[in-house]
Amino acid sequence: MSLDKAVENTGYLTTSLDFLTNWARANAMWPMPMGLACCAIEMMAFAGPKYDASRFGSEVMRFSPRQSDVMIVAGWCTYKMSHAIRRIWDQMPDPKWCIAMGACASTGGMHRCYGVVQGVDNFLPVDVYVSGCPPRPDALLNALMQIQDKVKNEHSTVYDR
Amino acid sequence: MNKTELLTRVLNELKEEFGDAVIESKTHAGDRQTRVSREKIHEICTWLKEKHSFTYMVDMIAADRFTSEDRFELIYHLMSLKTGLRVFIKTWLPEENPTLPTVSDIWTAANWNEREAWDMYGIRFDNHPDLRRIFLPEDFKYHPLRKEFPLLGIPGSLELPSTTPDSE
Repeated sequence: MSLDKAVENTGYLTTSLDFLTNWARANAMWPMPMGLACCAIEMMAFAGPKYDASRFGSEVMRFSPRQSDVMIVAGWCTYKMSHAIRRIWDQMPDPKWCIAMGACASTGGMHRCYGVVQGVDNFLPVDVYVSGCPPRPDALLNALMQIQDKVKNEHSTVYDR
Repeated sequence: MNKTELLTRVLNELKEEFGDAVIESKTHAGDRQTRVSREKIHEICTWLKEKHSFTYMVDMIAADRFTSEDRFELIYHLMSLKTGLRVFIKTWLPEENPTLPTVSDIWTAANWNEREAWDMYGIRFDNHPDLRRIFLPEDFKYHPLRKEFPLLGIPGSLELPSTTPDSE
């Protein structure tokens, strides 16, 4: 039974706090758009009307790290940029998630050279990697849904006695 | 007089003025490229700008020829907005202590190009007003566009951020 149906029929519901917080978190994943290269164009399409990330509660692209939940690293990342990205990541409040979008963010991609970090997982805890160069917006939506699944299955470490 | 004739005339005058300092001049892909000796480069650039109004320095490129002698090459791409002529002035530099006089006093635009040549190839420019690295971090020890520099860089030469956040 879905949550809103349950409330509608009875006026109240019983649930675990984990379930409620996970439901709330999973359906309001505000992205921090870390657009670094051409993948950012696909990320805009992901947010735009055709692919419509708002169906999953992620339409609110926040340019302030303090208000975001998931960082989408879209594009190749240089060693110089890595410091700025890590700083923004550290400013995001917990809990937070990270998507490495595209070949470059995941592995360095075709930029196999001295100035480009060979995968942002060298300095960020990445949750989902998206393949493609650039990936289609559908692929990014899929990554978002995978993060939602991950969030919905999380358990807090505090249990009722 | 068409442009080819005009250019030939300019280059002939250059040869008369500087003699042996003009080493060779040939046409490649429709462009006349003139190689000059590195000692005279500043005088030749000044002369081209003042006598033939090459006021526009389109580009300045360094290259690693990877030869045992005269390893580095600098190419000045100049244009005259008055006549529409373009000249390519080249000069070769040795591997040991590659140094050239700056031309940033002639064309201010050369400033950043020279900084790039220093950053990427380690070519020094005398009397440059501010010869710092332009792209790479200032404490970087290598010159990455030199051919012997490994493609993936030298591990640890560029720093990654700390993965433990600062304690406030």
